[in-house]
Amino acid sequence: MWDQMLLGIQTAFTLQNMLFAALGCFIGTIIGMLPGLGPMSVVAIMIPVSIQIGDPSTTLILLAGVYYGAIFGGSTSSILINAPGEAAVVATSFDGYPMTRKGQAGKALTIAAISSFAGGTIGAILLMGFAPALASFAILFWSAEYFALMLVGLSAVAAFAGKGKVLKALMMTLLGLMLATVGESSLFNAPRFTLGLLDLQSGIHFVTLAMGLFAVPEAFFLALDVLRGKKGGSKEAREISNLRINVKEAKTIAPVIGRQSIQGFLIGVMPGAGATIASFLGYAVERNLAKPEERKEFGEGSIKGLAAPETANNAASTGSFVPLLTLGIPGSGTTAILLGALIALNLQPGPLLLQDRPEVFWSVIFSMYFGNVILLILNLPLVPYIAKILAVPRTYLIPFVLFFAMAGAYIGQNNATELLLLLGFGVFAILMRFADYPLPPMLIGFVLGQLFEDNFGRAIRNANGIQFIWERPMTLILIVSAAVFIIYPLLRDWMANKRK
Amino acid sequence: MNKLAKIIVLALASVAISTGSSFAVEINKIHFLIPGGAGGGWDGTARGTGEALTKSGLISSATYENMSGGGGGKAIGYLIENSKSNHGTLMVNSTPIVIRSLTKVFPQNFRDLTLISGTIGDYAALVVNSGSSLGNFDDLVKAYKKNPSAVAIGGGSVPGGMDHLVAAMAFKAAGADPTKVKYIPFDAGGKAMAALLSGEIDALSTGFSEAVALEQAGKVRIIGVTSDERVPAAPKAPTLKEQGYDATFVNWRGFFAAPDLPSNKRRAYIEVLGKMYDTPEWEKVRARNGWVNIHNPGDSFMDFLSTQEEVIGNLMRELGFL
Repeated sequence: MWDQMLLGIQTAFTLQNMLFAALGCFIGTIIGMLPGLGPMSVVAIMIPVSIQIGDPSTTLILLAGVYYGAIFGGSTSSILINAPGEAAVVATSFDGYPMTRKGQAGKALTIAAISSFAGGTIGAILLMGFAPALASFAILFWSAEYFALMLVGLSAVAAFAGKGKVLKALMMTLLGLMLATVGESSLFNAPRFTLGLLDLQSGIHFVTLAMGLFAVPEAFFLALDVLRGKKGGSKEAREISNLRINVKEAKTIAPVIGRQSIQGFLIGVMPGAGATIASFLGYAVERNLAKPEERKEFGEGSIKGLAAPETANNAASTGSFVPLLTLGIPGSGTTAILLGALIALNLQPGPLLLQDRPEVFWSVIFSMYFGNVILLILNLPLVPYIAKILAVPRTYLIPFVLFFAMAGAYIGQNNATELLLLLGFGVFAILMRFADYPLPPMLIGFVLGQLFEDNFGRAIRNANGIQFIWERPMTLILIVSAAVFIIYPLLRDWMANKRK
Repeated sequence: MNKLAKIIVLALASVAISTGSSFAVEINKIHFLIPGGAGGGWDGTARGTGEALTKSGLISSATYENMSGGGGGKAIGYLIENSKSNHGTLMVNSTPIVIRSLTKVFPQNFRDLTLISGTIGDYAALVVNSGSSLGNFDDLVKAYKKNPSAVAIGGGSVPGGMDHLVAAMAFKAAGADPTKVKYIPFDAGGKAMAALLSGEIDALSTGFSEAVALEQAGKVRIIGVTSDERVPAAPKAPTLKEQGYDATFVNWRGFFAAPDLPSNKRRAYIEVLGKMYDTPEWEKVRARNGWVNIHNPGDSFMDFLSTQEEVIGNLMRELGFL
């Protein structure tokens, strides 16, 4: 065991492999920053090139670097222009963008970078120590438990159910759940709610909806600012690029990072969950653990609310290597593509990999430490420069935001109808913001909706009824905690009001 | 011979070749139309085929266009509507074109297009957990006949989709009622595989090549392959046929062209794809992707699809999906 690990260290820290890890991280971060190109597309693009390298360890080290680099970079557009290009960074925008609005973009990017680094590194430590042992944890959950887990994730909407907004937040969540039912579902052999349109048959695409709900209205309200005479730019620039975090802030986020590294990693290990679920759960759990005065800040620019999902999604992406490397099962779209690469390299993913090619197994894991350090070194010095994008006068920034929104919606599908949908969602979102309806719950509902329904449907089919809810203890525990997460805060506010 | 003379000879030769082309056309470049997004199975097939054709020098260039929408229906509609301007286009497709035109997901079917060749394929396989008490397909049939609702069969397609149909087909061949299959649909093969390992489902209906990879890892056991004979990639995996159940199925992938493609051009496409199999470049692409060569050129492609349509159509009617 130890000599195998040593061999892995030797393989990971050759000059060639270190260079390729750094290259992968760099490419991943840069492309990951563009909304619309999530980790999955970036890895898919890199596969033909990386297979030419020939050495399986190097290829995998490069691809893994691209993968977590893309997750690392994905948060940037969420924080700066409220344009989450990937489901796993939606929760990052909940508090990251409000911080930017307050002129703390530099600080937000720094916190995101540090949280990502910590999540990725602690994830790699857990992967090294427990990967073989966690193989059985990866197959602990059935559809029934995943269904309950989605309910816990949905409780994240409570963060947006502030004063007088409970009903509004619930309505938006339902709307998101409804939109998730459009198109072909894995449960039924017929497309639903497509209005007979071919373009809706594969459903509404995440990037189109996210850009429509978040980025398009942002551009509109930035334009309104300009009309009202606010030019933005130079005055805030100094503060924007200030990336310093004080001791008190560091102390606030440290326990969040610690908890979410572990929780995010474990959720990433489960094939039916992954980075998106990990980020929503992380957000929901940390909000519930926060003190009442801190809890009010969630959704308004809380550093805890930013650190939680950023730590969790990076830890989860590392965790998703557990089922891939130990069972040969891909838990996410990205790891499915990595599985294809492994097979193309004549490697057998699964328990045999550790037996037959220990140097590949361990070198990929060790390269993650190095890769995460590279990402931190790469990203921190860049923060002030990236943040300066915001110092660009609004009249230039607005077309830039719209360009990214439209490019993101179009790239994935090559279909001009996406642009019409983008516009439709954009107009809808602007109206909703005037009416003071919170939009994040709608996106949470949409992202979790399909998994929620699919797992529920599978559980019902398998049990021939809904008795699984009380017959499977783990399901019951998760459902009860979801109920507590949703009801308890409401109850507490109500009690507090009554006392007054 | 001086340089000028050389050029004149070459020029005359090329005129001769190009005038001859109204009888036997040379395919020089191919535009691949992919009915789904980048990174999927169709995408990989088209790009792999294009790579082998260009690298081996059979054609000089290949271009690719992803046109997703309507489960592939959008690209089919496009190819039919713009038939005249698409004589240089080949569209990749696979078994779902048969299933989806039967279920009327899109109004066209394969007969509305010009059939070129089926090029590759994958068999289906029934798989159980390696620790399962079900030793072979007989045991699964016995358990199913005893109580169908106690046997959960998972797969990576929708109910009425490929994986479900394969399971129903196998039980039908065993004389059991195929309509009683408790089919649990997953949205990806990997998640279905995880459910098999976790014990959520008792057996899994999936692609043969996916199953082979996991069997080698020792986690699962293949109890029935839908090929006529055992496949060299996994000589230990028994076929359904040798166990006495007459159920065969091929999930093919192949190429289609615009409806009014001239017949000499069709022959040229068929020929160039046929030549591809002998090149080392194709062998490299094929091995990299774990594909099985299942070549059905031209008219035999039509026979193959007609048979598959009939078998699948009958089964879907029996199961109540049509």
